[in-house]
Amino acid sequence: MDLSNLESLQFFYPEFVLVGTIVFLIVLDLIVADKRWLAASAFLGCLLSLWATFDLYGSPEGWLFHRMIVLDNFSLFFKVIPLVATLLVIWISFGCREIREIHLGEYYAILLTSSLGMFFMASSSNLLMAYLSLELVSLTSYILTGSLPRNRRSSEAALKYLIYGGVASGTMIYGMSWVFGITGSLDYARISEVLAHAQVNRLSLFIAFVLILAGFGYKVVFVPFHMWSPDVYQGAPTPITAFLSVGSNAAGVAIMIRFFFPAVSRLGDQGNWLFLTGVEWPHFLLFLSMVTMTVGNLCALNQQNVKRLLAYSGIAHAGYILMGLVVLNNEGLKAMLLYIVVYLIMNVGAFLVVVIVANATGREDIEGYRGLAWRGAAIPAVCMAIFLFSLTGLPPLAGFVGKFFLFAAAIREEFYFLAVVAIINSVISLYYYAGIVKTMFMDQPNPADQKVDMSANESALLGVLSSLTVVFGVYWGPLVRYTSESLRFFLK
Amino acid sequence: MAIGLAHYLVVGAVLFGLGLFTVLTRRNAISILMGVELILNSANINYVAFSHYSTGNVDGQIYAIFVIMLAAAEAAIGLAIVLAIFQIFHTIDVEAAETLKD
Repeated sequence: MDLSNLESLQFFYPEFVLVGTIVFLIVLDLIVADKRWLAASAFLGCLLSLWATFDLYGSPEGWLFHRMIVLDNFSLFFKVIPLVATLLVIWISFGCREIREIHLGEYYAILLTSSLGMFFMASSSNLLMAYLSLELVSLTSYILTGSLPRNRRSSEAALKYLIYGGVASGTMIYGMSWVFGITGSLDYARISEVLAHAQVNRLSLFIAFVLILAGFGYKVVFVPFHMWSPDVYQGAPTPITAFLSVGSNAAGVAIMIRFFFPAVSRLGDQGNWLFLTGVEWPHFLLFLSMVTMTVGNLCALNQQNVKRLLAYSGIAHAGYILMGLVVLNNEGLKAMLLYIVVYLIMNVGAFLVVVIVANATGREDIEGYRGLAWRGAAIPAVCMAIFLFSLTGLPPLAGFVGKFFLFAAAIREEFYFLAVVAIINSVISLYYYAGIVKTMFMDQPNPADQKVDMSANESALLGVLSSLTVVFGVYWGPLVRYTSESLRFFLK
Repeated sequence: MAIGLAHYLVVGAVLFGLGLFTVLTRRNAISILMGVELILNSANINYVAFSHYSTGNVDGQIYAIFVIMLAAAEAAIGLAIVLAIFQIFHTIDVEAAETLKD
């Protein structure tokens, strides 16, 4: 179905709820004195939007707004992911000491705007819409990163993010202009048709794809577009770091899958995607995937700041996620979606522990975690150990299931070398993750170290996230079913 | 000599290269932002030229208008961040901002 503007509105209410909440937050900020109402209404708005998104499951698939955005299970999945990330981040922000100096009205409004941009990133089916949504997410992320007032690290991180982001998105639209020139259309379905039938210059198309990849790559954070991430993750307020590491990464993966699969490849008979012949795209991605995971893990080895370490581990995880693209079939894409869900749970959990420790001690370096388990914080320490071992990919935790499906997809398509590199990288990552666990449990605390305690809502969220990490590690059936259901594209 | 599509594409490519060169070599934050604007405008030239010469619709020109609008938004946010940097570091030399490093 191909709907006009007015007809599209009936399938657009998750976005409406979110926009309404954003406007409401800005007005509410002027009225109420108790800023806790802001967090509560932002949370409620996201919950309503999540409910509206689930309500859309089962409605007919199709193009909305004159083929600008597309409604299918894939786009609904990537609406659920940013919403869940936003809900978790609002919950974390509620008790975070760092956030208190910020104007909270703007903070929550911009956070929700960023989430709205991620909605469009996953569902855009037009090069113009893809650019606009990517910029909506980028611009709001710059503001959120620099939102700590008169803070050296925060402002510096925002400047670096702005420069890298500006160049990456500029390079991306330059590449898109070549795709527009070659195919004569901005519409994904039309681009796909032209590329399938007409003879086009493969070399210029390849260069255009590499330029476009700069924009996507800076969102997904893979080498060589990763340089901003450690600085930004370290400088940004910790809840925002958590948001960027999962939300922005997932949205980048979504826009990349949407462009490279429905727009550029053709679906074959056995659920495999046929890429344009003559453009050596899978080999290029294979190389990028291996380099990304290796660089991420090697740089993480001697990091002293936990947020910076998690940034490099995030780069490594982006490399693992890319493995799903390399194999060019639906198995690989399903494994990517599964990994994104698992990564969301365990990474937000790890950042929650970082917030709890920073609230009590004001420290983010690994030395500040010395003997954490013996300083009144046994539960956060145990949960952190669960999240870190899950990030490593040890059974029986959720991270193992995620990696298992990714590696299995690679091995089934006989990418043995890639699988071996990925397994070696997982072993390397055990070293630095286990290093933190050792500091928390085996080392004795210094007499000067403060006790660490947490509030009730933090412990509740910590309980939920750590039990999900364990539960999905042994009972992954529902998750696999949900992600397989989510991999349905509307082609035409 | 008639001016055709190729001429515009060459201008676009040169502008893209100059923008990238500016971003990589300048140390002043404002100059870097100007380099980013050059990159965006090189894409604009491509869009308008392709739209006029090869596709026969106005999609590309509409795209260019959106890019101009977003460039303004990005410049507004960029200058606000540069202002914050100036208040803290008392300079807008990007090399001075090096609190965060390995």
